[in-house]
Formats: sequence, C-alpha cells, structure tokens
Amino acid sequence: MSIDLSQFKQTFLEESDEGLDVLESGLLALDSGTADDEVIHAVFRAAHSIKGGAGTFSLTEIASFTHVMETLLDEMRDGRRAISKEAINVLLNSVDVLRELLDAARDDVSPEMGRVNEVQAKLEAVLNAGNDQATEAQQDAESEQKEPESDGWVIKFHPHEHMLRTGNDTVRMFKELAALGDLENQVDLSGLPEFEHMDPELSYLSWTVHLKNNEQQGPIDKAVIEEIFEWVEDDCDLTIEPLISQADDTSTSERLDSPQAAETQTAADNVTPITVESDSQTVLSKEPAAGVQPPSRTQQSVGAQQKPASRKKKVTETGSIRVGTDKIDSLINMVGELVITQSMLSQMGEDFSMEKIEDLREGLAQLERNTRELQESVMRIRMLPISFSFQRFPRLVHDLSQKMNKKIELKMLGEQTELDKTVMEKIGDPLVHLVRNSLDHGIEDPQTRLAAGKSETGTITLNAYHQGGFIIIEISDDGAGLPRDKLLNKAIEKGLVTEQDNLPDEKIYDLIFHPGFSTADQVSDISGRGVGMDVVRKNIKELGGNVDVSTEEGKGTTFTIRLPLTLAILDGQLVKVGNETYIIPLVSIIESLEIETDNINTIAGTTEVYKMRDEYIPLVRLYEVFDVQPGTHRLQDCLLVVVEGDGGKAGILVDDLLSQQQVVIKSLETNYKRIQGVSGATILGDGTVALILDMSGLLTLAREIQPAQNYNNQTYANG
Amino acid sequence: MPRSILAVDDSTSMRQMVAFTLKGAGYEVEEAADGQQALNIAKTRSFDLVLSDVNMPVMDGIELIRQLRALPAYKFTPILMLTTEAGTEKKMEGKNAGATGWIVKPFNPDQLLNTVKRVLG
Repeated sequence: MSIDLSQFKQTFLEESDEGLDVLESGLLALDSGTADDEVIHAVFRAAHSIKGGAGTFSLTEIASFTHVMETLLDEMRDGRRAISKEAINVLLNSVDVLRELLDAARDDVSPEMGRVNEVQAKLEAVLNAGNDQATEAQQDAESEQKEPESDGWVIKFHPHEHMLRTGNDTVRMFKELAALGDLENQVDLSGLPEFEHMDPELSYLSWTVHLKNNEQQGPIDKAVIEEIFEWVEDDCDLTIEPLISQADDTSTSERLDSPQAAETQTAADNVTPITVESDSQTVLSKEPAAGVQPPSRTQQSVGAQQKPASRKKKVTETGSIRVGTDKIDSLINMVGELVITQSMLSQMGEDFSMEKIEDLREGLAQLERNTRELQESVMRIRMLPISFSFQRFPRLVHDLSQKMNKKIELKMLGEQTELDKTVMEKIGDPLVHLVRNSLDHGIEDPQTRLAAGKSETGTITLNAYHQGGFIIIEISDDGAGLPRDKLLNKAIEKGLVTEQDNLPDEKIYDLIFHPGFSTADQVSDISGRGVGMDVVRKNIKELGGNVDVSTEEGKGTTFTIRLPLTLAILDGQLVKVGNETYIIPLVSIIESLEIETDNINTIAGTTEVYKMRDEYIPLVRLYEVFDVQPGTHRLQDCLLVVVEGDGGKAGILVDDLLSQQQVVIKSLETNYKRIQGVSGATILGDGTVALILDMSGLLTLAREIQPAQNYNNQTYANG
Repeated sequence: MPRSILAVDDSTSMRQMVAFTLKGAGYEVEEAADGQQALNIAKTRSFDLVLSDVNMPVMDGIELIRQLRALPAYKFTPILMLTTEAGTEKKMEGKNAGATGWIVKPFNPDQLLNTVKRVLG
C-alpha cells in the first residue's frame, strides 16, 4: 500500500514553525535565567517533534540537523550538561538554520547547505566537548555481525515470569518465526509450579525452537530473528545459535497445527494458565501465519514508497493570512443581516406606495448600517496582532546586547493591538532599525550606567496601542537620551542650520531624521553610518504615518510611530480647487487658516513663502501644480492648508475646505499610471473621482515648477 | 468488528499520518494529543492496541503506559511506543512501565502497518 505522505507535509511545516517559536523563546528564557524546568522540556520536545516528523516525511537534511540539536538538548534536559551561554548561542543559530531548511522544504527547493554544515559542525563541537564515549559504542555495535552459514537456527527462549505483563504474546513470536522457515518447538515444563502456587499472570514455560531454512524462502537472517524478540530481549533469556547438524531432526515431541495452538495459547495468556500447561506441550510447526508478511515484501514496498515523495512540485503560497474563526463568524453574521435587509427592501419595491416612505427610509438606514458593519468586519480580517511583528525582538535584543556587552531587558506591551497585515509587513524594518538604534546609541554600557547612578540593566520598551484611527507604536529606552548640544553643533557643522536659527529643542532632536546625520562617535555595524533615521521616517511616511522623537538627556529616548490602521482606507480632508475635489490625508495636516495677504513674501525672487507666526513656509498653489482653473484668484478668498511633508512644512492654497471623511484608496498605478504628487484616487459619494494627494511628492513637484511660473505668480500675489 | 487502535502523539502531522494509514487499512482509530487525553479516552472504552509517542506535554508516553497498565482493562493490551532510535534509555523506561514494544521513528506507513499487523495478527 502506498500513501502519499505529502498531504501531511503542510501540517508538519506549520507545526514546525510553531515548534521553532517555542524553541527560540524557550532558549531565550533559558539564557536569561527566567526559565523553569518545563521550559527545557518544551524546548527538547519541539526539537524532537521536528526531527521525528522530518524523518517521517523524508526531509533528511532537517532530520539529521535536528538530531544533533536534540542530542544536545537531551543532555541539557537530563542535567548531564550545564546550560551554557555558548550552547544557547549555537542552538539559537541552529534555530535560524532550521528555519531556512523548513522554508526550503516549503518551496520544494534544495537548501543552502553551506551554513547548515557550518552550524552543524558548531553544534557537534559543543556536543563533543565533554563526551567522547558515544563513538565507541557505535563501533562495538558494528563489530558484531556475520554468522557462519548454517541450516537454520536453534533458539532457546526462556521468558521471565513477568513478560506477559508487557502485553507481549509468545504465540505472536512463534507465528512470526514460523513464517520464516520450518519450525519445530519443544516446550520445557520444568519451571511449572504446583497448581495452587500458580499465578495466572506469570509465565513459567521455556522453549527450544528449531528453525530450519526451507527451499522457498532460503536462508534465514539472524537479524530477522532478533527483531522478532527485540521487544522482549530484556524480559527473557534468549540464545540464538546456528543449527549445524540435521541429526536429531525428528524429536520426541508431537506436532500440532499452529492456528489451533495459537488460539489456545492466546486464551491461556489472557485468562486461564491451567490450560496452557496441558495443551501447549506441543510443537508449533511451519505455517505461514496469515497477516504476517515476510520481510522481503516489506523491503520492496519501502523502496516503492520513496519514489512518490520526491515527485510533484508544490506552488508556494503567497500572502495567505490566518484568520480567527470569530472574525469569520461575525462576517457571516453580517452577510446574513445584509441579505435580510436586501430582501425586505426588494419586497417593499414590489408594491411601493408613498405611505411606506417612512419604512423605506428606515430600511435604507439599516442597509447603511449593515454595509458599514460589513466593511468593518472585512477590514478586521486583514488585521493581525502586532505580536507578529514584535516577536522577533527578544532574539534581536539578546544577540545584539551580547555582541555589545550591554545588559538589556526588553519589555513588550500591547502585543495584541491589531494592525493591517500590509502595514505590519512594511513597518517591520523601520521598527528593527529603531530598536537597534536604542540598543546601540540609547542604552549605555553597564559601567557608564552604574556611574550615572542607574541600574546596570537597561530597559527597552515596545508599546503599541490604538488612538483614534491610528495605531501608536512607541520604542523607548532608559538610556542616555539624545545629546542636544552635540546634535546642534553637528547640524551647524554640516550647514543644516545656523547658530542664529535659535531652534526649539524638539526641532533640534528632529534633526536626527535629516539625511546624513549620525551622532555615534564610533560607527558600529549595529546601526550603521547615519543612513537610517531618514529612511525610517521616509518609510513610515510612505505608509501614511509619522515618527517623532522625544528625549531627555540622561533619562532616555522615546520614538513614537503613528500609523494608519490600514492602507486601504484613509482619513481625508476634501478640498476644493475650481471644479476639482482633492483629498489631503488628515495625518499630514497641521492646521488650516485664512490667508493674510501681508504675510506673503517672495524669497530670492523665485519662491513664495508665507509667514506663519515666526516661521516662513513655502506656498503651493494647487491649481498651478495640477494646471486647473481656480475658482478665484483673490487670495483673501482662499484658504491655506498647512501640511507636513518629507522636506518640512508647506502651505497649500485651496479654494475651500469640504468635509472630512474616510475614503477607500484605489491605486492609480494599477488602473492608470503613477503620477507624481498623487498617491491614489477614490470615488466619492456622488460618483466622481477625487485624487488623493501625496504630500512629499506634491512638494517636490511644486519646487520644480515654481521657478518657471514665478513670473505669473507675481500677478496673482496681491490680486 | 474492526480492531480498534488509540493513537497518541502531540504532533498533529504524525497523528494524522498514523490515523490515516491505519484507517486506510481498516482499523478503527481514535486520536489523542497527550497522555492525559489518551488516558481519559481509554477509561471510557477499550482498545485492541495503543500507539503512543513518548515525549508529550501534560503527560508523557511513559507515564501513560504506567497508568494504563494499572487499569484492569489494559493489563495485557499491547502498547507500542513511537520512539526515536536515540531513545534507548527511553525504551527501557517504557518497558519497565509496561510497554509491549516500540516502533522506531521515523517510520513510513508500511512499516507502521507491518508492526501493527504483527501485534494484532
């Protein structure tokens, strides 16, 4: 029979992923000393299960790799080996390798063996430090083999009294022997006690079995016989010797057909030992027992089994999502209600009269409610707890703090806070960067901390929570904080600001997000050379979010990331320019104000700026950028929307502000083409299409066209 | 009446494979994910054979065998451990607890069926 094992492979891979998580978090707990006994057992079990499954499903690389891990963990579990930092580190490396191996198995490609072998060698090195006996035992086993040619075997079998208590059945063994060749059996009753002393659950008999080769089946391999007695070898005295002479071939014992004997024996084993003694004074003779396959056939089918395992290429699944059944249930519920509302409305439509107008209005309100709930439910399906993103940090912090000789504790809060899957995937790298940054630049080394009167161990806290339609992720450390003066000096040195600028503190700290800014005295390979924070901010802005920093020197630093819950829906401010409606993402808007024409100035004859309190911000006339007809040229009638884009603040000139609403983002790229300054489009309630503005792109675009149109601008300036 | 088997393993894929193989061969199979679950099931009915993994959470295979053997209905029921070749000590521990024998992991469906047939006849 051949069973396609690949159907279980997917399950195996999934449970192995879970196993890896158990391994990793368990090892980290062991390392930090916060683990109890159950942890090492759980870690061992995870490795053990992966190994077992990998062997079963023919994933040999994984099986042999996990075998080494398992051996090491087994020794740790039994207390034969101390749980050393070194071992934990190698095991953590092994987890990474295993993850790669599993990924390769998932994609049905052959794994990259270089790293696998390297880590395996490290594992073996750890394993061999301390015990060298293991190999000797193997050699012993190898030396014992090869028996001389013979006509068969003489097997002396004396079960210990309690053998039956393990559920082993002597008849089964005789049946299996009988299937190998010609069998003659002599029973020795001498061990039998007096009737009244007999315990029905004990075994008192012993046997001498002559097993002769027969012509159809050929010579019998000793190993096959040993295999039959394998389960009881410690519960009996057993000798297996070659049968050389055929002299006392026909012994004194009488013969009986095996099935009959088997029946009585089985009954005897289970219930009445009295009958055993009287009846089993018999010999089991050759009778290939039904249901017991000769070993040769086993081997054939083993060979046949291996072929299907290597065929069939599986397509890797992309972008699947695991959804809680509660979410699906609520979705089905919503759809049910929607169907009811729909049928109610259509029934109303069949014989509508004006008296029913109130009912209709109510029905439509219900439809709206259903639709909104359905939309929310569907959105929720894409939401995953942020723990998916957080879970890599314990390992990261562990590895890096070791590398840098710092003591760091990681706290994670709000791990169940949910976030859109796409946003989650894209926020991963910026988060890693910020955490690395806290590790590298934030937390001081133990000596410095002690000198500053702080505890030796620094703390990094990741916190996630919802606020309005946004998710807030905070990365805070209790490290040295940002050095205000150093930042300022550096910025001056780089010509980013001048000494006269008199920047407020938060502006100074914000400089770290400026391209090409790094404060570490020594550039490390942890957080690099100032390429980073600007990229972090850029990536987060691309997600429609923002990142800010707040810090107190000596106390610590907190990065606050603000992200929309989803990329599919956006909170937008609708603005009017002529006949066009545009949408400005609410997250980019700082404030909106009426224009005081006196505050408009032109710098260097090219760039228009608006003086807002004590700040000058560039002015962007949307109708110019998109070349549309404005509703008015009178600046007094216009409104200024102050936004924050990539390169700082800007004022966007619009005719009017309309409503604020949630809009569904439709990609312009997939439906038309990419346009600078526009991130997408949406369809408004009245069916018209409105473009959603991308602030960074828009400001860049405005800078490009402004000089060229500057002359025209002058005519409008005071118009 | 088909012969009944209780399959115990904390690994879903292994359990699925074992159950699928045995069901395909006409056995009646019940599954349990750890020793405690298995013991609870075993107390409510009888089986012709128990196949149990050794390393499991909650209650491991060794303890399961010990507890099963203490039940009158399982005094002589064949109980096979599903174990890895590295587990020689485990095998002994299992034997001492009352295991009938073992099937060495990794095994393929044919090996499993052959062993089960050997025991159940």
